[in-house]
Amino acid sequence: MRGYDAIVIGGGLVGSAIAYGLVRAGLKTALLDEGDVAYRAARGNFGLVWVQSKGLGAPHYQRWTRFSAEAWPSLAVELREITGIAVGHERPGGVHLCLGEGEFAARAAMMERLRREAGNFGFAYRMLDRKEVAALLPGLGPAVTGASYTPYDGHADPLALLRAFHTGFVLGGGRYYPHSRVAAAAAAPGDFRLRAGSEEIAAPKAVLAAGLGNAELAPLFGLSAPVKPQRGQILVSERVRPLLPLPTTTIRQTGEGGIMLGDSQEEVGFDTGQSPAVMKTIARRAVLCFPWLAELQIVRAWAALRVMPPDGLPIYDHSERCPGAFLASCHSGVTLAAAHAGRLAPMIAKGMLDPMLEPFSARRFDVPAAA
Amino acid sequence: MFRLRREPAAAAMIAVAVEERMVRVPAGASAAAAMLAAGWRSVRETPVSGAARGPYCMIGVCFDCLAEIDGMANRQSCMVAVRPGMKIRRQRGARHVDPARA
Repeated sequence: MRGYDAIVIGGGLVGSAIAYGLVRAGLKTALLDEGDVAYRAARGNFGLVWVQSKGLGAPHYQRWTRFSAEAWPSLAVELREITGIAVGHERPGGVHLCLGEGEFAARAAMMERLRREAGNFGFAYRMLDRKEVAALLPGLGPAVTGASYTPYDGHADPLALLRAFHTGFVLGGGRYYPHSRVAAAAAAPGDFRLRAGSEEIAAPKAVLAAGLGNAELAPLFGLSAPVKPQRGQILVSERVRPLLPLPTTTIRQTGEGGIMLGDSQEEVGFDTGQSPAVMKTIARRAVLCFPWLAELQIVRAWAALRVMPPDGLPIYDHSERCPGAFLASCHSGVTLAAAHAGRLAPMIAKGMLDPMLEPFSARRFDVPAAA
Repeated sequence: MFRLRREPAAAAMIAVAVEERMVRVPAGASAAAAMLAAGWRSVRETPVSGAARGPYCMIGVCFDCLAEIDGMANRQSCMVAVRPGMKIRRQRGARHVDPARA
């Protein structure tokens, strides 16, 4: 039996960010990754580091997201220094384009509510009219009425980020176990024994970051993760010279020049297939926003499954029955990467979650709704 | 490096322009083959680093034969059959799109 300080289950963006943070905190860490049979949300990301529209009615989530977006620039520099990998992070601000007066009014109301909920923390959004949006983005379609803007938004290359976390983890002394679906787990307070592949490993800490797999794993550790899959489809164009200086909620140009179009939200269970009807809807809306997109060739398209808790907010927990077991489940692995590596991992290293994460406990789903 | 094979039953030859130079290739040949026949080993420069690339797989998989064909950028030239008078140019970096023109 091989012993570690911590075992992280899940080698996607959430798990590898935490594992990277744990080796940075000095823990001898094992990272278990299931393999290509896994659903691998981390391979299908759109790549936004997105603040606006997150956390309506949940100011703690807006604050956590803002914290991560603020910490992102230094994470990108740190990953570059440690691993030599550029993760393509940019933070030029972002817009959500509104098609029609109805969308614009609804968006304005939502943004104002987010600002009120942010209280003294502030929320520096602006509603831009058509002329102001046209000054930011070229070739707007006539259907665009306006947009919401915040300076907090940005984007990054999610695949480079995943590779950087893995590289940084291994360079930091972590041990990576590929093709290691957790076959058996024995959980006791501060004592976790797992069989990964043919090997038995043990640690006083375990972190469940297995995406949709957390739903099945959590009960073994006295935890709960009622997550469900939500499918998103993405189209990407041929590479073109830089045209879009800032990302929108559903359209962004990558550092290499491709233009990504997303992102559907479909309740179709564990189906990772694509559907022409949804692809058509995505393309149509994109062309309404920017008619010149119709000239471009789509070179790739794919679907992936978001890890969706019932209320859309992340779940962070520390097991009461088996202290030392932690859980992280969310669909914002890119946006929250800096918070997971720089804030959550140090809490886990210390052995307890800060009170600021209390509202993210899955216990929130146990409270009966008020009549 | 590449030359046209002499087939016993020679197909009809078709004239196309590669970088404004006329070249004759058998009917049914691809635009990528025409570029190779015209003596180009590298048919494009990559969008990010400008590195030279040439046709590699010739079966529509590798995307390294991207070229501008009859004014349309980033075509997979190995997948496009030649037509009389076709104008083929090398793909120089990322495509330029003019948002104002759309």
